[in-house]
Amino acid sequence: MSNFTIGLVIILYLAMLFVLAYFAEKNKRSKWTNNPYVYTLSLAVYCTAWTYYGSVGIASSSGISFLAVYLGPAIALPLWIVLMRKVIRISKQHKISSIADFISMRYGNNRQLGALVTITCLFAIIPYISLQLKAVSETFSLISAKGSYESTGFFDDSTFYIALLIAVFVAFYGTLSTDASQHKKGIIATVALESILKLCFFLAIGIYVSFYLFDGTTDIYNQASLQENFKQLTSFGGIEKGFNWLFTICLSIFAIFLLPRQFHVAVVENDNESYLKKTIWLFPLYLLLFNVFVIFIAWAGNISLPDSVNHDYYSLLLPMQQDNYGLAFLVFIGGFTTVISMIVVSTLALSTMVSNNIVIPYGFIKTLVEGNPEENTKRIKNIRRIAIFLLIIIAYFFYIRFSVQFSLYSIGLISFVIIAQLAPSFFLGLTWRRGTARGAEIGILVGLIIVFYTLFLPIISKAVLPDVHFVDEGLFGQAWLRPAHLFGLDYLTPESNAFLWSLSFNTLTFVGFSLRSKGNYRERNYAEMFVNHENYGNLQEGGFIWKGEAYVADIKRLLTRFLGEQPTDRALRLFNRKYNISETEERADARLINFSEKLLTGTIGSASAKILLASVSKETPISLVEVLNILEESKETKATNKLLREKSEELSAMAKELKGANEELRIQDKLKDEFLDTVAHELKTPITSIKAASEVLEDPDMPVELRNQFLQNISRDTDRLNTLIHNILDLEKLSSNVTVLDLQTYAVHKTILKAINGVEQIAKKKNVTIKFKGSENVKATYDEDRIIQVLTNLISNSLKFTEPHIGKIKIHLEEQKSDLLIIVEDNGKGIPDEDKEYIFEKFYQSKNQNIKKPQGSGLGLAICKKIVESHNGSIWVDHKAKKGTRMLFSIPKKNEAT
Amino acid sequence: MKQHKILIVDDEPNIVMTLEYAFKKKDFGVFIARDGTEALDIASKEKPDVILLDIMMPEMDGFETLKHVRDNKDLSHTKVVFLSAKNKEKDIEKGLKLGADAYMTKPFSIKKVIADVEQLITE
Repeated sequence: MSNFTIGLVIILYLAMLFVLAYFAEKNKRSKWTNNPYVYTLSLAVYCTAWTYYGSVGIASSSGISFLAVYLGPAIALPLWIVLMRKVIRISKQHKISSIADFISMRYGNNRQLGALVTITCLFAIIPYISLQLKAVSETFSLISAKGSYESTGFFDDSTFYIALLIAVFVAFYGTLSTDASQHKKGIIATVALESILKLCFFLAIGIYVSFYLFDGTTDIYNQASLQENFKQLTSFGGIEKGFNWLFTICLSIFAIFLLPRQFHVAVVENDNESYLKKTIWLFPLYLLLFNVFVIFIAWAGNISLPDSVNHDYYSLLLPMQQDNYGLAFLVFIGGFTTVISMIVVSTLALSTMVSNNIVIPYGFIKTLVEGNPEENTKRIKNIRRIAIFLLIIIAYFFYIRFSVQFSLYSIGLISFVIIAQLAPSFFLGLTWRRGTARGAEIGILVGLIIVFYTLFLPIISKAVLPDVHFVDEGLFGQAWLRPAHLFGLDYLTPESNAFLWSLSFNTLTFVGFSLRSKGNYRERNYAEMFVNHENYGNLQEGGFIWKGEAYVADIKRLLTRFLGEQPTDRALRLFNRKYNISETEERADARLINFSEKLLTGTIGSASAKILLASVSKETPISLVEVLNILEESKETKATNKLLREKSEELSAMAKELKGANEELRIQDKLKDEFLDTVAHELKTPITSIKAASEVLEDPDMPVELRNQFLQNISRDTDRLNTLIHNILDLEKLSSNVTVLDLQTYAVHKTILKAINGVEQIAKKKNVTIKFKGSENVKATYDEDRIIQVLTNLISNSLKFTEPHIGKIKIHLEEQKSDLLIIVEDNGKGIPDEDKEYIFEKFYQSKNQNIKKPQGSGLGLAICKKIVESHNGSIWVDHKAKKGTRMLFSIPKKNEAT
Repeated sequence: MKQHKILIVDDEPNIVMTLEYAFKKKDFGVFIARDGTEALDIASKEKPDVILLDIMMPEMDGFETLKHVRDNKDLSHTKVVFLSAKNKEKDIEKGLKLGADAYMTKPFSIKKVIADVEQLITE
């Protein structure tokens, strides 16, 4: 394949990444970019070219020891649910944007420590990035056609331009916001996609080698077992090798927490800690899939390829040997993808660290304090962009100059050993409150020196001073000081040796110096907050105890310089509202200091934030006892406040309930009054009429017809009185549940017919038709007299409100699962909507009857309701009926006496 | 002597009938309304000397009707007597405050009603 074609595909591929990142940034909040799968896939940035190519190389020469690096994370991941959750919570709360910021903040926003951590990371990661570039360059030349253009320097080396393009990508999508703790969805989306691609392509080559080139994995095993060194490749190799395994596993456990790129994807980019639940099994599964075919590709390479080729590239060379250039190209793209995601995230994380932990706190703080917001934003972004370009360019030249003699695996391990120096200050910092900045700094330095002595010195001395033999004989001729075999341990690999001793001395000095020096109050305060995060995590603004003198105006001016005027105003307004602080308050309190520090930390790092805030305030040191007391106090106050708030909420809920009950009583009382008034009115009316009539009847001259009329009136009014009294007593009986229902099983249609019979006379008189429709074999248990009373009432109402001659009343019976439903509908004038709600209340008579009251006591429907309810049923009016009235009631078919 | 006019306002026909008979017997010109609105119509046309007014009526109650009567300058000489089943102190007070000339509770004695009305007219 020609260089040109490969170059074109690479450029197209990078263009696609730009587009994908663009869309992901645009749809920041979509579930496509915010889910546990994208999060887990972004963690797979752990798998670099070292995994993609290097593992095969190791497996072909030293057997299964390559696995240790993946066993570590698989073992460590269940721990994440506890440990990583804590780290994520702390980081979110303080807007931490890198591992350097995290460690620096734990030890009291210590500027020196932040810088030291950053430098450690640079030492570890830059050679690692170089190795990634080396892999791209080497695979590029392997796959490009022989005799095509060969580069003579960096300016015509394709790797250089690829590196530059990656730098442009990171510089663009990594610095969209000055707040480095903001999520970079664009970059994460591309990393997740790349994790899918590299896994797919690697599985593809694995399947190709195992099942196409060979007859399955058993075939490879059988053929490989004929080779001389096979036994060595498949065994763990005794206790010595066991130690190496153990150390490598430890190393990779530390790495999955501490590598800047892992911290970035796992902590800074985490947008929901519940993702961890899925991640702890998904990520080990990913690693497992990635490693399934490694050993088979390695054996296949040993069988089919000459020993002289670079073992790392078996997965590329095997298809090429079969002239399968298409597959080889896919493998190349997979490796390329792997490299890109690693470089992108690593440079992103490192550039933030370089700017926030070295450049800004040491060089730019003064300039920034004097600048205006726009200039500052531009400056901060430019610092990061320049850092990104410099990092990649340095890595490129490191690769050109030094990396020829290193394998992917060895540089990877060296990088891990350096990063592991952060482990004591990180892990002990999270669990041991006595750890101090001084201890951490000295520990890291001692560790680095030992790594230098045991790992780098032998390499450098071999290259530079081949005559000096202290590497083999030990410093000053002391055998126990041999760099690769410190204290006479002969069986460890150089990396395990370096790891063991550097970390031991690192931890010892860290603990020793921490115990000797107590650290200032700020360190102790943060120690308390980090170690005991569950206790203080929910305290106001993180619970850093600050005592001193500061003014809101100064702090506001400071914030404006970095965040801009509007965002600052908005943030302070929210802050004031949250804590109920007056806008005119002049003095700043600890909460505002904490809040501002947090706001600044995302943009310029915690150390700079501390320095800046110190510049506008007068801080009074406080003793550890005082810090602890105040923390404890504010925790207690918080608990008491919470209790008080709960109590007061309870009380106000109770008061509300009482008020409601009171209101209900008042309403009931009013209803009772109204009821009595209405009863009195309804009783007095016929009595008045009777009394008056009997008075006028005394007149002897009254005409006979009129006399008869008055006598008839008296008789009617007496009936009316009687009905009314009967109904009132009936209703009261039903309300007080003294009536016992006479429950028996009846054929429902017969009951309905009985009810219709009762009113037939009146209907005939008015010429209104009554029709019944419904099944004849529905049976149910009820009090027949009572149900007939309900039906009669409903039908009578319909009769009252329908016009003579055209009036029609229909009665339906429907059988439902366990209920029966009876509908009485008419084509009368209907019930006004505003009345429908009240018709079942006592004495409610429709407003529409303004000329003449219809006859009735005003209790009919109230009684119906009581009867239906005593049958455990319900009665209602159809709100949707368009013409006329549609009344429905349903009762269970089986009623039991209560 | 000029015939006195009386307007009876009540929604109960049986009660109205007895009052109508009794006042006709006393040579009153009797008018009948079944609710407040109808009463105001007739009152403004006939300008009765006395209005017998029920309180609990649909649509416009007696209190409301009285307010309208008192607002009408043509009816300034009209006497208004409440005839109501409401016999609570506060209702009676309210009725008199609104400008009723008398308040009689149901059930009433027709003789007393006539006597009171005649007294009101001669005052």
